[in-house]
Amino acid sequence: MKRKLPRTVQEFMAYAWAMEVEAAERYAELADQMNTHHNREVSELFAKLARIEGKHRDQIMAQMGWTRAPDTSSFRWETPEGPETTDYSELHYLMQPYHALKLAEHNERRAAEFFERFAAANLPADVRAAAAEMAEDEREHVRLIEDWLARYPEPEAGWDEDPDPPAVAD
Amino acid sequence: MQQTESPGAAPPPRHTSVSIALAGSGGAGVMTAGNMLLEAAAHAGYYALMTRSSGPQIRGGEAAAMIRISCRPAECMDDHFDVLAAVDWENVHRFGAEIPLGPTSLIVGDPDQGEPHEVFTRTGAALAQVALKKMAKGIPDGRPNMLLLGLVAALVGLPDEAVTRAVEKSLAKRPAALVPSLAAVAAGREAARTMPRAFPLQPPPPAATQRWLLTGNEAAGYGAIKGGVRFVAAYPITPATELLEWMSPALAEVGGTLVQAEDELASINMAIGGSYGGVPALTATSGPGLALMVESLGLAVASETPIVVVDVMRVGPSTGIPTKSEQGDLNIALYGLHGDAPHLVLAPNSVADCLRTTQWAVRLAESLQSPAIVLSDQFFGQTRAVIDRPAELAADAGAGRVVAEPNAAGYKRYAVTTNGVSPMAIPGTAGVTYTADGLEHGERGTPSSQGTDHLAQLDKRRRKLELADYGTLWADVEGDGDLAIITFGSCTGIVREGLARAHADGVKARLVSMRLLAPAQPARLAAALEGVRKIIVIEQNHTGQLFRHLRAEYDLPGKLTSLHRPGAMQFNPGDIHRHLIEWSRT
Amino acid sequence: MTEALTHTDFKSDIKPVWCPGCGDFGVVNALTKALAKMELRPENVAVVSGIGCSSRIPAYTSCYGFHGVHGRALAAGTGLKIARPDLTVIVTGGDGDGYSIGGNHFLHACRRNVDMTYIVMDNRVYGMTKGQPSPTTEPDWDSKLSPDGTGLREFHPMVIALSSGANFIARAFTGDPNGLADVIVQAVRHPGFSFVEVLSPCVTFRPEQRDWKKIVKPDAIKPTSDIARAARRMLRDTGFDLGVLYAGNRKPYAPRGERANRDASVLEARFTL
Repeated sequence: MKRKLPRTVQEFMAYAWAMEVEAAERYAELADQMNTHHNREVSELFAKLARIEGKHRDQIMAQMGWTRAPDTSSFRWETPEGPETTDYSELHYLMQPYHALKLAEHNERRAAEFFERFAAANLPADVRAAAAEMAEDEREHVRLIEDWLARYPEPEAGWDEDPDPPAVAD
Repeated sequence: MQQTESPGAAPPPRHTSVSIALAGSGGAGVMTAGNMLLEAAAHAGYYALMTRSSGPQIRGGEAAAMIRISCRPAECMDDHFDVLAAVDWENVHRFGAEIPLGPTSLIVGDPDQGEPHEVFTRTGAALAQVALKKMAKGIPDGRPNMLLLGLVAALVGLPDEAVTRAVEKSLAKRPAALVPSLAAVAAGREAARTMPRAFPLQPPPPAATQRWLLTGNEAAGYGAIKGGVRFVAAYPITPATELLEWMSPALAEVGGTLVQAEDELASINMAIGGSYGGVPALTATSGPGLALMVESLGLAVASETPIVVVDVMRVGPSTGIPTKSEQGDLNIALYGLHGDAPHLVLAPNSVADCLRTTQWAVRLAESLQSPAIVLSDQFFGQTRAVIDRPAELAADAGAGRVVAEPNAAGYKRYAVTTNGVSPMAIPGTAGVTYTADGLEHGERGTPSSQGTDHLAQLDKRRRKLELADYGTLWADVEGDGDLAIITFGSCTGIVREGLARAHADGVKARLVSMRLLAPAQPARLAAALEGVRKIIVIEQNHTGQLFRHLRAEYDLPGKLTSLHRPGAMQFNPGDIHRHLIEWSRT
Repeated sequence: MTEALTHTDFKSDIKPVWCPGCGDFGVVNALTKALAKMELRPENVAVVSGIGCSSRIPAYTSCYGFHGVHGRALAAGTGLKIARPDLTVIVTGGDGDGYSIGGNHFLHACRRNVDMTYIVMDNRVYGMTKGQPSPTTEPDWDSKLSPDGTGLREFHPMVIALSSGANFIARAFTGDPNGLADVIVQAVRHPGFSFVEVLSPCVTFRPEQRDWKKIVKPDAIKPTSDIARAARRMLRDTGFDLGVLYAGNRKPYAPRGERANRDASVLEARFTL
């Protein structure tokens, strides 16, 4: 499906909103996965990220004065999923908070780049302005994640070692 | 059976039962003639049954049609045949063991087709020669099998109109053959006058009920539909194929569907899928197919999905003898599922009973959310019989499937209830979706590896079967005395007749013909055997499967004996008679 | 008036036990999105599966589910759909369940062309039983059960489906759940037997499959209704070409012959003398 570029602030912010929704849902799902695998620390971290993205989502709704969620069913990202959405395949059941935060940092950077492209694109001025503002927000998020990340040193080699062989269930 | 006399003397006394075998090969049309004879007997008001035997060739091989015509309901073949009439003798001796003759019998053969084999002549039977082929050639488009039909019909005294009616009905789609066939029949009738013996039947008693003509396979198919089955998945296998073929158009008439599957694994799973969707479902097979299906029957047990499998038993093990009857699948029916997987096993005990027992199996499977295996056999399945209109279940018999109400609060598919039956949500019903699972599960259906859940569900699945009320149908209990015979399935008719003869000789015994083989009914059997000091278990398999099962599951009173014989060597009433006399004396 | 359902309404409250990183998460995501998009209701959808990691899917949805025995999901789904044509039937499973023990039923399901959708999560391994080669595993993939590889040519499910009569055939990748959702919608809406082969990495037994997202070629296949053209396309197939291969015009399975809805007692006429 050919991607349709947003021509109005309403359309553009709907994209931004969709991005946050997808990111929040994904972090919540990843929190569940980590919880099922008894990786509590990372589970809580993902749950927190889900709440943060949820706040961003709600902020957009409030800012735009929307009473109902916008219709984003025809949206398509350039990448398979939204710029802020973590790819399922990036997970490991033994992953450390460092890894989760690196993923979050990557997400925020991609989101910032995504908005920066809009800010520089051949679009109406108010759209570009909105995009620039969103890009700045995302840059701030990157800084916040970096601060958060500073608390966790890079894990040593062998963090993914599990002496037990895989178990069978069926 | 009474003595016969030579022609010309006073009219011979009348018989109450006559057995006729028609034999021949290579397109002789022996089966066709046999069917017409059966229908003629029916139109004349007699009871009758017909079995068949043939060589391994698909067409043109040796064939024999065996017909018993009787004034009383006949549930088995007699000890011997009164008439063996053959179009030719090609390999007919292969049927020697199945067509026992005696000194009172009559063999009719065509002198231009060679001599009957010694296996027949050494019995002392009289031999009459009729130039069937030559005579048939003398009639335009005449055929020897029609001559035989006229001849044997006359020998037993069937009215001409009955024979004519049978021929007309049979040739309704080939009107050109009608005149020549009737001419040949008339010629055969004429030829009967020259026979050294005749076996005229007594006139039949007036019919008290409607009479039906059908096979056990057809009866089972109809019983299934009466029970509510509207979806069948089918894979052909001898001797069950005709059941499926009968059901295909029958289902179309009543709003149901039959699908031909690619193998038995597909057919059992299709049927389970259809049943999961809320439509009572069935498949039919024989031993080898049932062996393939047992894994999925376990799925039906674990997921509590109703399903009926009719096993038309044939001789095993493995490919065995597909065209002969044996009661050898009791073991796999009772014990063939892995794990502890209680389920229903039933066995009709006559061609007529195939209707009601299959109907009952469907009602039980539905109300108890369980698989039910119905053990029919090749003898029932492929025997065509003239019977009184069969008994059915009462219209309100069995509650049927207990289903969940839409949006039932806190719905748990596998809730541990007092009677073990938990309402089943039918797809399409809102608010009570669930996933059926072969994995062990908790009450909601979520897979569980907890021992407590496993025990609770095992208990539930066993309890629901054990607490059900099976009423009086669980067995036929007849007679009294301190001797008892226990049997099931097609042995029942043979035992009944043998026992009646033994009764005339002063031997009294109870007969317990078990219709419900699983779950076990210890209290009911104990009541049926109250006061019994000797029991004989009679069955048609090599290892005494019922005998062993009874010993494992039941505390039986008195002394226990097993009388068993494998398939393709069927007991006859005379065998039973002799055994009972001997056994009663020890 | 009932509010429109979202994909979360199609998820149950049961959390999948799949390894983090498993491609199958993308399939639940895509399937639930597809069902919501088609405005179906959970009670009118049945998800039927066999045995294997991916066969756990039914319980993770809020639809009716049937978790049957290994290899027979297509048979169960066929029986269900024929008995209840009003339901939307989705059959799911893995490459072992579907192409090995289920191979025969796969052939015949394509032939039979019952209106249902079959989604196979292909990770080219038997995951649940700890890593044996499956019919789609490369011939030289080393494992305990088949050291130095099986040496057997891989099963090509799309070619088999095409030659056996499937009416809709596509290949997709779980790394693109939105794209997969679109394909699932197309598949469900297309009449007859729709087959979607989904590349779904197994990070535990085939960790190298994490790189699949770099290898897959989106939109590499363009749909056709010409079987010969689709067959020629498959001659060039890399195994990672994504897209709808074939959308045909076969009529979906329907019981043949005249049907009626009479009372069972009409059948007695066949027996009465």
